[in-house]
Amino acid sequence: MALTQPVRHARAGLIWLAIIHVLLGGLLAAGVFTNQTTWAPKLALDLEGGTQMILAPRVQGDSQISQEQLDQAVEIIRQRVDGTGVSEAEITTQSGRNVVVSMPGTPDAKTRELIQASANMEFRPVITGAPWTATAAADRTADADIPAPTAEPANASDTNWITKALYKKFEAYDCPTELASAERPENDPAKPAITCDPGTQYKYIVGPVEVPGTDISDASFGMANNSQGISTGQWAVNLEFNSEGADKFRQVTERLVSATGFQNQFAILLDGVVLSAPTANAVIADGRAQITGSFTEESARALSEQLKYGALPISFEIQSEQQISATLGQDQLKMGLIAGIIGLALVAIYSLFQYRALGFVTILSLIIAGVLTYLAIAILGWVQNYRLSLAGVAGIIVAIGLTADSFIVYFERVRDELRSGRPLTAAVEVGWDRARRTILASKAVNLLAAVVLYIVAVGNVRGFAFTLGLTAIADLIVVFLFTHPMLQLLARTKFFGEGHPLSGMDPRLLGVEPFYQGAGKFRSPATEGVASADSQDDDAANGSQRSLRDVRKAERNGERLTIAERRRLQDNSSVTTGDDKGQGADNA
Amino acid sequence: MPNLAQWGNDLHSGKKSYPFIQKRKLWFIITLVLVALSIAVPLIKGGFNLGIDFRGGSEFTISQVQSTDVAPGEEAVHAVAADVEPHVTNIAPNTMRVQTDRLTDDQTLALAKGLAEAYGVPTSNVTSTFVGPTWGQDVSQQALIGLVAFIVLVTILMALYFRTWKMSIAAVVGLLVVVIITAGIYSLSDFEVTPSAIIGFLTILSYALYDTVVVFDKIRENTEDIESRTDATFAERVNLAINQTLVRSINTSMVAVLPVASILFIGAYLLGAGTLRDLALALFVGIIVATLATIFVQAPLYAALRSNEKGIKEQAARVAATKAEATAWIQGS
Repeated sequence: MALTQPVRHARAGLIWLAIIHVLLGGLLAAGVFTNQTTWAPKLALDLEGGTQMILAPRVQGDSQISQEQLDQAVEIIRQRVDGTGVSEAEITTQSGRNVVVSMPGTPDAKTRELIQASANMEFRPVITGAPWTATAAADRTADADIPAPTAEPANASDTNWITKALYKKFEAYDCPTELASAERPENDPAKPAITCDPGTQYKYIVGPVEVPGTDISDASFGMANNSQGISTGQWAVNLEFNSEGADKFRQVTERLVSATGFQNQFAILLDGVVLSAPTANAVIADGRAQITGSFTEESARALSEQLKYGALPISFEIQSEQQISATLGQDQLKMGLIAGIIGLALVAIYSLFQYRALGFVTILSLIIAGVLTYLAIAILGWVQNYRLSLAGVAGIIVAIGLTADSFIVYFERVRDELRSGRPLTAAVEVGWDRARRTILASKAVNLLAAVVLYIVAVGNVRGFAFTLGLTAIADLIVVFLFTHPMLQLLARTKFFGEGHPLSGMDPRLLGVEPFYQGAGKFRSPATEGVASADSQDDDAANGSQRSLRDVRKAERNGERLTIAERRRLQDNSSVTTGDDKGQGADNA
Repeated sequence: MPNLAQWGNDLHSGKKSYPFIQKRKLWFIITLVLVALSIAVPLIKGGFNLGIDFRGGSEFTISQVQSTDVAPGEEAVHAVAADVEPHVTNIAPNTMRVQTDRLTDDQTLALAKGLAEAYGVPTSNVTSTFVGPTWGQDVSQQALIGLVAFIVLVTILMALYFRTWKMSIAAVVGLLVVVIITAGIYSLSDFEVTPSAIIGFLTILSYALYDTVVVFDKIRENTEDIESRTDATFAERVNLAINQTLVRSINTSMVAVLPVASILFIGAYLLGAGTLRDLALALFVGIIVATLATIFVQAPLYAALRSNEKGIKEQAARVAATKAEATAWIQGS
């Protein structure tokens, strides 16, 4: 039973490892065969070529930007970039402070401007409206019948704002076409404008700006209450203006509440597009408006967040911008891979030199860790849109060494146990027990570093931290489920178990005469000489005398000594003098 | 190879022992001198060679060029912006780099085209970077936050794992030594300080502590029963632990440094300046310094920190007494 348990354990480990590989591989294969992803990991722009801009938000005054507002800003930039027809642009926030825009190719000046511009929120009264596609040419009003302004407009809702030219433009205005175009009309705040409402699919002629978005002090969403304070079961967006805004908004609602038709509505515009165009049902005097309508929880939240963004218009400053040629990226990836292969080969040669046949276990472990890392990166590229950057490649190469480290810690431990006179099967178990603790503690440090780096990282530090953390996890999986089980099984083979000189676990090489003499008998370690392979038994008598003396001394002290300690004691006389000299020098 | 194994055996049994702890004052003095030099070198040189990320400006990299002459690059820059002073350098075989002050977007696009013509390559071989003057500061500020956060967390982690604050303190002090000396050597090499180099520095932190944890784990194991021991003092047991892990320290730093060296070589000779090279140099130096620091700074420092504890002193006295008795017994026999 005692003998078969490690074997069973080892088999379980290897089976789990196989299961993990099959699952990950199967997942990736499923993704590839359903055309959702490719076998190759996704590459970041520095390897694939393209443009990467890192933008730092700038707010007027001392206001701080919340993550929420930053997310909102990203959403707005995304809409703008998509509007320019750039496909596959990626816009993300980083560390809650920067916005990273990555896109293939080189953006033109217009796109660049659009990305940097601050979003503009404004409240304009609606003058008139129509379904949002262009009115068919045959149905358009004849030139003579177009109403012309009769007087100077008295207020922002006045139809006198509509000139003949504006009305003609309005009829021809086709919202689907306009919204798809990169050009966003730059509307003069003091003049009327034509705008589209994607929510209701209407187009409007709106009057001049009456309340700017910056006058909003807060926005929230929740269930609407009726005048008795009882919930109506409808979602509503609550809007709060600052004192200036409250004043202006009161004037607007005073006028609008008695108006009819389109003129009862006020439009909330973001970047010239209508977010919402609610009707005014009451005079809002205290600056606290509630917008109700057919909101879902989601749409109410979206609108309230967009309104909040309007309270703090953010513009962006380009912190760094890179246009990377695809050629350079390919060169660097190639060089990176060559560096990785050379690094791997050097580590392989070194471990074969140091650990002989056991070096093959290291190499196999590294290959398995590599496969795991590859699968993880490819799957993350598919699921999370993770892209491998040059810094990420560097992280993987550096990880070769860090991964091999844990094997060395383990192998050296096993060797230590062999030196203490244990047979290999026992040395593997005891050595693993001790090494496992060390490996876990040191990998925890690695993981902690990777996580901290990832969280605070800006720029390409992130890719590096990510692969470093990923490979640390892969390493743990491999050490537990492959390297250790392999050693448990190998320890039972004749080649390793009997300590073949090429096994790397040859007890004779490690200064131990084979204690195990077959038939379950062990030679007593106490009678063992200094026993190095070189000095042989010529001073065995001398050695046993000394060791007897030490054992007696140890017994007098009531101590239980390990074999290594016993052996050390045997040489105590020389070591002691050495130490004393050292101490003497220290004290002098 | 048999000799190395034999050496490892002797180190393990204590037959061979290097006085890492006993000579700690010497190591501490050497360390202090190195730290002082590492601080002095950048001061004398007038700071680090800061990369474009810290200065701000525009940078163009032209790959697979026909000639590595500087003149065509300078002419191309003057054609676009007459008053801009360009720095044109050949950074690797077939690769040129042009650095200028900040250019406008139009100038950037025009210069990329101009440089491609000047060096007879398609425009797709020109990479351009524009960096605002605050970008590098942003990166270093974040790195600093990361450094502090990491040190605080790791101090707690180690204190919990080893159940003693003194190991954490010794580890962190050693860590700072590693960072300072590595920065000193980096400054001496005159490599540019780029965000990549900073990543390298942050990675050293992780490696340095990883290495320290492994050695400290052995120290803990060797000194677990120190109170009841009469055969060796605390300092001797710590010293034995360092000696016993010496082969491991050499092997792990070798395997860690080999891939990094290969990145450094490929990065420096075939790619020129860039992410790979800057990162690799910081790591290459850092790994070596970190391994040495664990042996010569962190472990001796831990022993020093504990040497004045009452229990440790009393135990040392007991050991001295036992040894005297044993010697008397041997002489008497």
